[in-house]
Formats: sequence, structure tokens, C-alpha cells
Amino acid sequence: MLTAVLALTALAIVFGLLLGFAAVRFKVEGDPLVDQIDAILPQTQCGQCSYPGCRPYAEAIANGEAEINRCPPGGESTIIVLADLLGREPIPLDAEVGEEKPKMVAIIREDTCIGCTLCIQACPVDAILGAAKQMHTVIEPECTGCELCLEPCPVDCIDMVPIKQDIFHWKWPYPDETVPESKP
Amino acid sequence: MIRQLFKFKGGIHPPQHKDISTRQPIKAATLAKQLVLPLHQHIGESAVPIVAVGEHVLKGQKIARAEGYVSASVHASSSGTVVAIEERPIPHPSGLNAQCIVIDTDGEDRWIEHSAPTTPYTEMPASQLRNLIRTSGIVGLGGAGFPSYIKLNPTGTRIDTLILNGVECEPYISCDDMLMRERPEQIIAGAKIMRHALQAKQVLIAIEDNKPEAYAALTNACEHEDIEVVQVPTLYPQGGEKQLIKVLTDKEVPSNGLPVQIGIVVHNVATAAATHNAINLGKTLVSRIVTISGDGVAKPCNLEVPFGTPMRHLLDQCGGLRNDVDRIIMGGPMMGFAMHSTDIPVIKTTNCILAATRDNVTPPSDIMPCIRCGACADVCPVELLPQQLQWFARAKEFDRAQEYNLFDCIECGCCSYVCPSNIPLVHYYRYAKTEIWAQEREKEKADQARQRHEFRLSRIEREAAEKAARLAQKKAAMKNPAAGAQDAKQAAIQAAMARAKAKKQAQGSEPKNTDNLTEAQQQQVNKADEMRAQAQQIAESRRSQAQQMMAGKQAKDEKE
Repeated sequence: MLTAVLALTALAIVFGLLLGFAAVRFKVEGDPLVDQIDAILPQTQCGQCSYPGCRPYAEAIANGEAEINRCPPGGESTIIVLADLLGREPIPLDAEVGEEKPKMVAIIREDTCIGCTLCIQACPVDAILGAAKQMHTVIEPECTGCELCLEPCPVDCIDMVPIKQDIFHWKWPYPDETVPESKP
Repeated sequence: MIRQLFKFKGGIHPPQHKDISTRQPIKAATLAKQLVLPLHQHIGESAVPIVAVGEHVLKGQKIARAEGYVSASVHASSSGTVVAIEERPIPHPSGLNAQCIVIDTDGEDRWIEHSAPTTPYTEMPASQLRNLIRTSGIVGLGGAGFPSYIKLNPTGTRIDTLILNGVECEPYISCDDMLMRERPEQIIAGAKIMRHALQAKQVLIAIEDNKPEAYAALTNACEHEDIEVVQVPTLYPQGGEKQLIKVLTDKEVPSNGLPVQIGIVVHNVATAAATHNAINLGKTLVSRIVTISGDGVAKPCNLEVPFGTPMRHLLDQCGGLRNDVDRIIMGGPMMGFAMHSTDIPVIKTTNCILAATRDNVTPPSDIMPCIRCGACADVCPVELLPQQLQWFARAKEFDRAQEYNLFDCIECGCCSYVCPSNIPLVHYYRYAKTEIWAQEREKEKADQARQRHEFRLSRIEREAAEKAARLAQKKAAMKNPAAGAQDAKQAAIQAAMARAKAKKQAQGSEPKNTDNLTEAQQQQVNKADEMRAQAQQIAESRRSQAQQMMAGKQAKDEKE
């Protein structure tokens, strides 16, 4: 009886120490789940999900505070990948946050621009170039199409235009056919 | 000795239909009034125009230069005037427009001055040959359009075998067949240049046994050459690079790899002929042989076509279209794609223009569910699992599709051909491939955006911290204005004095031109020195005065 108790106690102490050591030695910095979710999000930093950027939204998803269907720029494909990562069922995009739109870029109508720098301050990825009382312009390849620059512009000189299709970015359309459902 | 041949797994025997376009010899296409030369006729970067609108150009003149490593130049295919550099429809499955140089021909078809090089190719280093091939705009003429000079650069690998691909396995297409029948000497001459550039041990020319005339012509031309012409049994898609290597050598190219890794290089026979024209005759690539075939055209034949000629012009030359034409396909019925209009120009990769009637191609309707018969897996020449891939593509599970080696698919169309349910399998793979590429591009862009956003946040934070620090300093200065200001001032004065001292010391070294001076010069120098000493004295006294004043002021401040 006593031997058993002692043996079990000894084992408990040994394993306790081992686990304690492992917890210190192999400590993971930061939250890997947040990083994984953040890597999936499209990084438009548009705030349509009601969080101030992609990373805060990733943190909210990781903490279970937000659903995975609040990212309109990512759309269906992002929801599918997120669902896969988190082991949940894919759900349709929350209509409340907006709808999936084709990719756009902001263009400044340069003859209307008054050089107020408000859009520069609003741009989350520093994709607008200009200085006070100088004309501003959008660095198109850097623009994520978040639309955050539209609202602060006092003269409404920023347009969102769809990205022009060219042969280098063209995609084959989804085969147009009605194949009756069959299970793999 | 008869070469032992091997077999790749799968493959099909579609009806050939080649004889309808091989009854007549190759004819020259008539010159079109306007030529539209796309800047993107090859795999890789688009060429960059080097002519201006209004400029007169000659046939063979370079009008756009290769940009980047994987690229090829574009040359005027006839003489005339450049009338526009703008977006026009090009042969592409999307039907989208792309940058083109438009030339109004003058009808003279005058060549730019060109001549055979003074040194024979055997005395040229491989790099010079590659350069000539690059500037001549030669790309793989089999249909892929990969810049040929890159495939002649083994980058250190020993090349054992150079294979010239004259298989031409796809139905209807006969341009290589006719080239081999009529111009075998050009192919042999090109093969010798390629062999020299690669230092290949052996050269094989592979021809399917449904082209006995071509085989005979090449065997005849090779009689005194160290080149082996091999007849291979007809099987689609034997013309695929990797399939042909397997048949001839029993070697397999690794997944995601290139033939050069196993010491083999494959070029099309037409590319070899173009290489001969470029190196031995100095002619740039301005035309190619195009098969005009299909039941929809009255007189099918092979034409030598200057690039940029609209397809409609060629179809008209072949007797025009019949009324029951369903679609115009560039390439063959297996791998080609439908054109959106007949105004689209012929480019370097246009091996065939197929005017297909409804009987020529499988109608895309009456698609049935998959019955899991497995016929697609039996015929796949790359040993993939077509039906699994199709399911993953349909469900948009692209990572699973990649796990099943989607990117090894050569889009030969065997699986779609045998599918009893008429499922457009290849369309699914093409869809999945372009989706994956788009996702990769988006991922790259997202990473860039994340980096820029994080940098912006850290910059805002830093700016805020700096501002706070400045404010704190100012506040401190406000609290104790005299001491702070005095300290700063004193420090500035000290620093300035130290700088002046250092400067003086640096200047104080003996001037170098004061030896052997005349009397007058010596006097001048002395005078200047005196004045300098006086000036220094004055400055010194002023400085001490100022210091006294400062001290007085400080004392006063302190008293207050």
C-alpha cells in the first residue's frame, strides 16, 4: 500500500517537473493560430469586418469573438480556407458587412485634387504619394482597394475602378455545365 | 541496328484526318494589307517596341526587343509602315486584347539587308549562337513558344541526346510533316547547329509512322550525317516532350523538372529549320508554315504565312468558310482553343487553323455524371488520376488537387476524349491551374500589404514617441528656462569654437608654395600675415568683450 502511494507520488513529481520544464523550454512566442489566420486574410486592412485591420480580426476569430464570414474582400475562398483551418463548417458571407466585389484600385482624378493629404493619412498601406498642396497619386500595385481614402476626400476626386483584365491575369472560367450531383 | 523503343502509359488513337491537308505542296500565303504583330507571341515577358508610329520598316527588321531572360524579339514580317501600336485581339483563350504593332504593308515585301555570317557556326562559341538565336526571335514552333535559346543553354549539365520532335501527333495538323517532306536539308542543318551549341553526343529525329514520306525524305537527307531518324508507332500524345523522351530513351523527366536535368534537350523540327535560316542565312523569324484544315474550309492546305496575317485572310485563300462551320480553333482539336473572331492574327505558335464543323468536335452539351469507369486514368499519359483531380477542381479544393500533382498535367485532352459522360475534364484542370496561380499572386500581394501596413503602424508609433519626447524636452525647458537655454547655448558655442580650432589647425600646416619666394612676394606674405594677426587680435578682444557681457547678464539673471 505504502509502496504504491510512494511510487505514484514519485511518478507524479517526475512528470510534473518534466512538464514544467517543457513548458518553459518549448514556450511558443505569440499565438500561432492568430498568425495562421492572419496569413489567410487578404490584408486589405479595410475594416469592413468592424475590426481595425486584418490582424485584429484574426485575433478576434482566434478568441472565438468573431465569425469567419466577415471578410468581404476575401470572399468565399477565404471562408473555405478559414473553415478548413479551424475545423468548422463553411458559412456564407455575412450580408451585414458587405458583399464580395471584383478587385478594385483607387484612382485620384488629378485635376480635381487639392492636395489636402487627408487620403494619405487614411491609406493603411501608404499607397498614396503626395505632399501638402501638391497633387496626390495612387501607387496602383500597392493599392489594396480598401476604399478608406474615399470618405475623407473633401472634393470627392477618388474613384474606385475595377482592375483591368489582361492576358497575364486572366483565369479560365468555372466550367459551365450542370453535372448532376455525385459523390466521390 | 534498330533502336529499341519503349512505351509510355496510356495514350489514345484519335482519327488522324491529316491527309486532307497534305495533298498539295506548301504554298506561300498572299500578303495581307495589314499585319498585326502581337508583342506577346511566346512564353515569358512581352517584347518592348523599338519603332514609332509612322516609321517605315523592312521585312525582317526588329521592331520589338526581348525584355528579360525569358523573352523573344519580334520582327516585321513584311515591309511597310507602322500605323499603330495599340491593343488588338490576339490568339488567346480569353479573347482579350494585348499590345500589338500594326503594319500597313507596301506590297514590295522587301527584306532588310541580311547576309550569311563570315564565320561558320562551327567556329562560333555557343554563347554567340544563343545570342543570334535570341535576337532572331526564335521560339519553340511546336506550339508552346518557349524561347529556344534558353533550351540551348544546358548551364553545366552534359547533354547526351538532342531530340528533334517531328512526331506531330495531334489530328489535322500537318505543318511539320510538310516541312520534313519538302525541306529536310534545312532541318538537318539546324540540327547540326543545335548539336554544336549543346555539344550533344547523339541526335535523334523522331517521326511517327503515319508520315512515311517525311521519314523517307529525312532518312535520305541524313545519309551521310551522324544523325539518326527514328520511326515511332503512332500514338497520341507522343509529341509531348516527356512522352517522347520516355519512348526513345526509357528515361523519365522528374515531376516539376526539365529534360535538361537528365541530359536531354528536345526541339521541334520547325525550330531547327528556323535556326538554320537565322544562323546560316542571317534571316530572322518572320513566317511559319500553318496548316489550314477542317471540314469547314473548302480547300485545306499548308501555307507559309508571315506572322501577323489575319486568319480570315488565310481562310479566304483556302476557298473560304463553309456555312456549317461551328468554330475556328487555333491548334488541333485536342489541345487547341476556339478563336473569338477571324480577325485574330497568326503568331509564332499558330501551327494550325482548324475550321471545325459540329461533326469535327465533340459538342459540349449532353454532359452526364461521372460513372467512375476509370477510362480517363487508363489513358492519362502522365499517370495522374483525372477523375480525382476533376472532383477537387470542381469543389475548389485546390490544395488537394496540387497534392494529386495537378501541375504535371500536360492538358493533352486524352481523358476528356475517352470520357463516356463527355465531362470537360481538361477545362476543370485549366480552371484550377489559373485559380491557383491567381491565389499565389494574391498571396504575394497580401504579404506585401501586410508588410506595408505593419511598417506604417510602427512608423506612426515611432512618430508619436518622438513627438512625446520633444514635448517633454520643451516642457523641461519651460520649467527651467535660464539653465536650459544657457546650457544649450554654451554647448553650441563650445562646439563652434572646437570646430574653428580644428579648422585652424588643419589650415595651420605650412603652405606648400612658400619656398624660393622673391623679395616682393616675401614682403607681400609678411604684410598679409601682419594683417591676419591684427584681425585675430580684434576678434580676440571682441570675443572676450562678448564673454564679459554674457557673464554680466548671467549674473544679473541669477540675481533676478
